Amino acid sequence: MPESAISITTITLFIPLVSMFILLFLKEEQAQFIRIGALAGSLLTLGAAVVMWAGFDITNPNLQFVQRGEWIPTYGISYYVGVDGLSMILVVLTAFIVPVAVLASWHMHVLEERGRQKLYYIFIMLLEFAMIGSFVAQDLFLFYIMFEVTLVPMYFMIGIWGAEQRVYAAIKFFLYTIAGSILMLLALLYVGINAGTFAVPEITAAVRANPALFPFAGMFSTQSFLFLGFLIAFAIKTPMFPFHSWLPDAHVQAPTAGSIILAGVLLKLGTYGMARFCFQFFPEASVAWAPTVGVLAVIGILYGAWVSYAQTDVKKLVAYSSVSHMGFVVLGLFALNAQGINGAILQMVNHGISTGGLFLLVGMLYERRHTKALDAFGGIWKVMPLFGGLSLVITLSSMGLPGLNGFVGEFTILLGTFGSEYLGFFFALFATLGVILAAVYSLYMYQKVFMGEVVKEENKHLEPLHWQETLLLVVIVIVIIWIGVYPATFFGSMDASVNQLVQQVSAVAQSIVSR
Amino acid sequence: MENYPGLVTAIIIIPLVGFLINMFWGYRFGEKISGAIGSVAALLSFGVALLLYIYLLNSNFAAAVVNPPILDRWIEMANGTLSIPWQMRVDTLSVTMMLVVTGIGSMIHIYAIGYMHGDPRFSRFFSYLNLFLFFMLILVTGNNFLMMFVGWEGVGVCSFLLIGFWFDKTNGVGWKNSLAARKAMILNRVGDFGLLMAIFMMFWTFGTLDYFRPGEIANVEWAAGGGHGEEAGHSEEGAAEEGHGAIPASVTVAMAEGRSRQQAVQQEGHGGEGEAAAAEGEAHGETDGHSEPALPVYTDNNHIETSQLGVFGQAERMLEDHHEVDFGPFNLPIETVLVIITLFMLLGAAGKSAQIPLFVWLPDAMAGPTPVSALIHAATMVTAGVYMIVRSNVFFYEAQLSSFVVTVIGVSTALAAGYMAMGQWDIKRVLAYSTISQLGFMIAAAGIGAYAAAMFHLVTHAFFKALLFLGSGSVIHGVEHGHHLAHERQHGGHGHGHDDHDAAAAHGHDDHGDEHAHHDDFDPQDMRNMGGLAERMPITFITYMIGTLALAGIFPFAGFWSKDEILLDGYLVGFFGDKGPLYNLGGFIALGGLLIAAGFTAFYMWRQIQMVFFGQARTEAAHHAPESNAFMCIPLIVLAVLSVFGGFFNTPSNVLGLDNIFGAHLFTSFLEPSVLHAHVADFNPFLAIAALAVAIGAIMLAHRIYAGSKAVTASNTDPLYENGSTRRMWAFANARMYWDQFYGALLEQPFNRSSKFLADKLDWAFWHDYIHDTVIFKGFNAIGQLLSKPVDVGIIDGIVNAVGAVVRWIAQWGRGLQTGYVRTYAVTLLLGVVLVIVLLILPALTQAR
Repeated sequence: MPESAISITTITLFIPLVSMFILLFLKEEQAQFIRIGALAGSLLTLGAAVVMWAGFDITNPNLQFVQRGEWIPTYGISYYVGVDGLSMILVVLTAFIVPVAVLASWHMHVLEERGRQKLYYIFIMLLEFAMIGSFVAQDLFLFYIMFEVTLVPMYFMIGIWGAEQRVYAAIKFFLYTIAGSILMLLALLYVGINAGTFAVPEITAAVRANPALFPFAGMFSTQSFLFLGFLIAFAIKTPMFPFHSWLPDAHVQAPTAGSIILAGVLLKLGTYGMARFCFQFFPEASVAWAPTVGVLAVIGILYGAWVSYAQTDVKKLVAYSSVSHMGFVVLGLFALNAQGINGAILQMVNHGISTGGLFLLVGMLYERRHTKALDAFGGIWKVMPLFGGLSLVITLSSMGLPGLNGFVGEFTILLGTFGSEYLGFFFALFATLGVILAAVYSLYMYQKVFMGEVVKEENKHLEPLHWQETLLLVVIVIVIIWIGVYPATFFGSMDASVNQLVQQVSAVAQSIVSR
Repeated sequence: MENYPGLVTAIIIIPLVGFLINMFWGYRFGEKISGAIGSVAALLSFGVALLLYIYLLNSNFAAAVVNPPILDRWIEMANGTLSIPWQMRVDTLSVTMMLVVTGIGSMIHIYAIGYMHGDPRFSRFFSYLNLFLFFMLILVTGNNFLMMFVGWEGVGVCSFLLIGFWFDKTNGVGWKNSLAARKAMILNRVGDFGLLMAIFMMFWTFGTLDYFRPGEIANVEWAAGGGHGEEAGHSEEGAAEEGHGAIPASVTVAMAEGRSRQQAVQQEGHGGEGEAAAAEGEAHGETDGHSEPALPVYTDNNHIETSQLGVFGQAERMLEDHHEVDFGPFNLPIETVLVIITLFMLLGAAGKSAQIPLFVWLPDAMAGPTPVSALIHAATMVTAGVYMIVRSNVFFYEAQLSSFVVTVIGVSTALAAGYMAMGQWDIKRVLAYSTISQLGFMIAAAGIGAYAAAMFHLVTHAFFKALLFLGSGSVIHGVEHGHHLAHERQHGGHGHGHDDHDAAAAHGHDDHGDEHAHHDDFDPQDMRNMGGLAERMPITFITYMIGTLALAGIFPFAGFWSKDEILLDGYLVGFFGDKGPLYNLGGFIALGGLLIAAGFTAFYMWRQIQMVFFGQARTEAAHHAPESNAFMCIPLIVLAVLSVFGGFFNTPSNVLGLDNIFGAHLFTSFLEPSVLHAHVADFNPFLAIAALAVAIGAIMLAHRIYAGSKAVTASNTDPLYENGSTRRMWAFANARMYWDQFYGALLEQPFNRSSKFLADKLDWAFWHDYIHDTVIFKGFNAIGQLLSKPVDVGIIDGIVNAVGAVVRWIAQWGRGLQTGYVRTYAVTLLLGVVLVIVLLILPALTQAR
C-alpha cells in the first residue's frame, strides 16, 4: 500500500461523520433537507461499503484495505483499521441497515411531535460512524472507544424519541451495557499492556507464538478470567440469556429506527466481539468454556422463543424473539467449526435483516394505529394486502423457512453444532426444538395481526403503504430471498477468514488435548 | 433425447412464472385469464413431465443429474466442509411423482376455474396453487435431502396459505380457518424437526446429503442385469455419460448449449480434477458425446471411492464392513445410526403425511377451498412422507427396527382414521380421515419393504381421492347453489331455473366471500343436508361412485390392484420373509390390520354414498342442487377414467390374461432402476378374493344400515348411534377419539400456561422487576448511601445530582420544551465528544503508513 494513501476503509468510516457535520450546518426548519442529507450520507456509505466489498479479495483470509497510523505510541495504541471476512460482511450489513432506518423515519409521527429532527439524524449518523468503526477497528483501544460511542446516540434516541417509559429504558440500556464494558476495559488493558501492543493482529500473533502469554490452567485461570471479562461485556450486548433483561425495555421504548438499528446492528457488536477477540486471544479458554456458553445459548434459544409466545405487545414479542435468534448465533460461534462460525456470521446478517424488517413492520403498524398491542389488530391482511404479503415473507424468513435467509444460517449453525467437538448431538437436539417454537410464536403473531375478520372499526380503513415504505419492504424481501437462494455470495466472502480462525482455535484445542 | 433431462429446470420454473404473474398482475386480468395462466402453467409442467417420462423410456431408464443454469451453488463453503448444491435428479421415482403432481395438479387447476368462480381473490388463489406446484416439484426433483426439505417446508407454507385462504370470513369462521392453517404448519414443523435432525445425522455420517452422485448407479443389481434387456441402449448410455462430465463449473456452459445430460460416470466424483479438462473441452467444443471414443461402461459403483458416493451408496458400503461412525463424544455402529436417522425421518413423515401422532392437522385443513383439499391434502403434498421413505428405501430396508415402527404407525393410523371416518357428518371430513387412513396403507407398505406397492397405491390413491374430493366439492357447490335457489324462490320469486346457472353462480360467490349473512346456519358440507343427489347431479354421481368403488378396492378399479399388492406383500413378508423376525411380525400386522382397515374404508364410503346421493332430498337445498359446470365436470370425468384404468399400470402377471393386454408389473419394473428394494410380487387369488369379500361385505353392511327408509333424516343421529350396542362406538368415532382434546390438555394448555408463567412471572416479575430493578438497582443505591456518609458526601451527592439533572433534562426534552438552553447543551455535548475523537484520530490519519 502506498505511503500516505487513505484506505477505502477509512473513507467508508468517515462518510457518516462528514455527513453528520454537514447536517450540523443545516437549519432545523429545513426538515426535508435534513432527511435527504441523512439519506444521502447513509447511501453514500452504502456505496462505499459495496465498492469495498467488490474489491475484497475473498481468497485472502487476512486483513485488507488496512490503514494504520500512530496515535498514542507510548502505549502501542494506533489508528488501525482494516477488514477481513468477518468485518466485511458486517460493515455491509451496517451500511445497509442505516439507510433503512433513515427511510423508516420519513413519516415518523414522533419526530413531528417532539421535533429536533436535526439532532435525530445527527445521532443516526454518529451511530453509523461508531458501528462501522467497531467493525473495522483493528486496535483494541480504538474498538473500545467506538464500542462505547455507540451507546451515546442510542441512549439519546431512546431517551428523547422513545415511548412512555423512555427515560427509564434509556438509562437501563446505558448502565447495563456500560457495566459489562467496564469488565472488558479491565481485561483489555491487561491484554494490551502484557502484549505490549493494542493492535489486534499483533496480539493474535503473539498469542500464537507464545501460548503462555495469557496462561491457561483450567476454567478459572488468568486466561479464563480475561476471556470472561470480554465475554460478559459481549454477552450483555448480544444479549445472551440471562443478561437479556435490558432488551425488551430498550426495544419497546425505542423509536422504530432505533429498534431497527439496535436489532440490526448493535446486537451484532456482541457476537462479533466474541468471534474477533475471545477466540483469537483466548483460544484455550474459549474451548474450555464452549459447553457452558453453549448451554446458555440453547437456553436462550428455547427461553426466548417460549417467552416470546406469551407477549401481548408486538414489539416485545419481536424483542424476545431476538434473544432466541441471537442464541443461535452464539451457539454457532461456540461450535468452533467452519459450519458453525460461518453460519453464525451469516445469521448475524440474517437476523439484522429479518428482525430489522419485523421492527419496521411493527413501526408501520404503530404509525397507523398508535398501538403495539397484539389485540388491537386482526385482519390487516385484508385491509392492506401488499403489506400483509410482504410481512408474511419477513415473518417466514425470521422463522427460518428454507429458501429464505434465516434457514441458511440456522441450518448451518445447527449442522455445525451437531458435528462440533465441543457441543454435539444433545445441543443440536435441543436447539433444533427452537425451530418448532419459532413457528409457534411467529405464526401466532402473524395470525393475530394479519388474519381473521376485520372486527375493529379503526382497522377498517388504514392508510396504504407510502412509496418509501413499499420500497423498504421490497428491498428487504429481495435481500431475504437472495441470501436464501444464493448465500454463496456471503459465505464466499467470509469463508477464508473463518477457516483461518477455526484452524487457529483447533490447533490450540489439539494442544490442550495433548497436554 | 439426451437434452431432455435439462427440462427438469423448466418444470420448476414454469409454475414459478405462473405464480409471479398471477401474484403481481393477476388482479388486473379477470378470472378467465388468471385461471388460464395458472392452468396453462400446470399443463405445461405436465407436458414437461411427460417428455421426461419419454426420455426415461428411450434411455433405458437411465437416471440423470441436472445442475440448473445460473443457480449452480447453494450452501457451500470452501475446502469442502459443506457443499449442498441446487441439483436435480431425473429418475423413474422422481418422474413418477412429477407426473402425479402435475397431472392431478392440472386437472385441479381447471376444476378450480369453475369452483372459485366469483371469489374476490380468484387470481391470488391460482398464484398460490402455482406456488404449491413449484415447491412440490422442488421436493420431488431435488437430488439431496436439503432440497427435499426446501420443498417440504415450502409446500407447508402453501398449505398454510391455502387452508387460511378464507381467513377473513365473517362470524369467526375466518379466525377458525386461520387457526386451522396455523395448526397445520406447527404440527408440520414438529415433523420438520425430525427431518432436520435426520439430515444433520446423515451429514455427519456420510459428509454429504446427495441421494446419488452423478454417474453413480442407484440399483447396481438392476444395472448388472442390463435392466430388462436392451444391453445396447445401455452401453450407448455409458458413452454419452462419459462425454458429459458433470463438473459444476462447466455445467452452466453445457446447459446453455442445450446439452444437459449429467449422467456421467465420474471417477473422481463431484468436481474431480481429472475430468474437468475433458468436460471443459466437451462443453465448448461442438463434438457430441456420442462421437467420442467409448470409455469403459460401468455397471456397478466399485470404481468410485466410498466418500464420493451419495448417502445410499455409502450406507451400503458401510454396512458391508460394519463401519463405526464417529460422532465425537461417542461412536455408533452404522446399523444403529441408520435406525436413528430413519426414526427421525419417520417423525418428519408423520407430520407431512398425517400419521399418528401428528395427523390431527389434516381434518382441520379441510377449512381450505375444496380444490386445495384435493390437490394438497389428498393427492400430492401429504404423500411427500411416503415419497421420502421410498426414496430412502436403502436406509429403511436395513433398519429393521425402524421399519417395524413404520409398519405399526402406518397400520394403526389406517385403522384409527378409518374408524373415525365412520363417525363424521361433514362430507369433506370423511374424506380427510379416509386420506389419513389410506396414507397409513402406504406408510405400512413402506414399512414392510413393499416400496413399489406403496408408490403404486400413492398413484392410484391420487387419482381416486382427488376425484372424490373434487366430487365432494361439486356436491358442496351444488348444495350451496341449491340453497341459494331455494332461498330465491321463497323470498324473491325471481324464478331462477336450474339452467339459469350463471346468475346463480354469480350469487354463489358470496359463500366464498364474506357477505353471506342470510344463510349462516346452513352447512352445505353436512351430509345430513343432502340426499337424493344422484338424479340432480348425474355426472358428479357417476364419477363419485367410480371413485368410491376404486377406494373401496372393488375389482377391477384402480384401488383394487394397489391395495391388493400391499396386502399381498404383507402376506409374503409375514409368511416367507427371511429378513428377520421383526419383519415377519410387521408383515402379519400389516396383513391383518390393513384387511380390517379396508373393511372400514368400504363401509364409510358406502355410508357416504347413501347419505349424499341416494334416498330422498332432506333439505330444500339438496332438492334444488344443480349439476356443476363443465370446468368442474371435465376433470371429474378424466379422473374417473384414471380411477377405472389406473390399476392396470401395474397388473400382476398371472391374472385373467390381463398382462397380455397391459403388460406385467410395468410400474414396479419402472421404479426398479431407482428403488433398490422394489420387488415384484405375484398375484395370489385367495388373498384377492378375501380382500374383495371384506370390501363387498362392508358395503353390504353399510347398505343394510343406511339404505332406504333407514336413511339418516334430519333427526341428526346415525343409525349406529340409535342402536344401543353400537352407540358408544359410534360416539367415540364421532368425537374423533378425543385426540384434539387430549393434545389440548396434554400439550397446548401446559405450553400456554408455562409460556405465560415464564414471561410474566419468571422473566418479568422476578428477573426484570425484582432482580434488576429492585435488588441490583436499589442495592446499588443502598451501597452508595452507605458509602456516601463516611466517605464523601460531596462527591456522591454531586454524582447523584448530576444524574438527576441529566434525567430532568431528558424529561424536559421529552415534554417538548423548546428552550434554547437545552439545544445549546445537546449540540455542545455532541460537538465535544466528536471533537475529542477527531483530535485523537487526526494525528494518526496524517501520518498514515
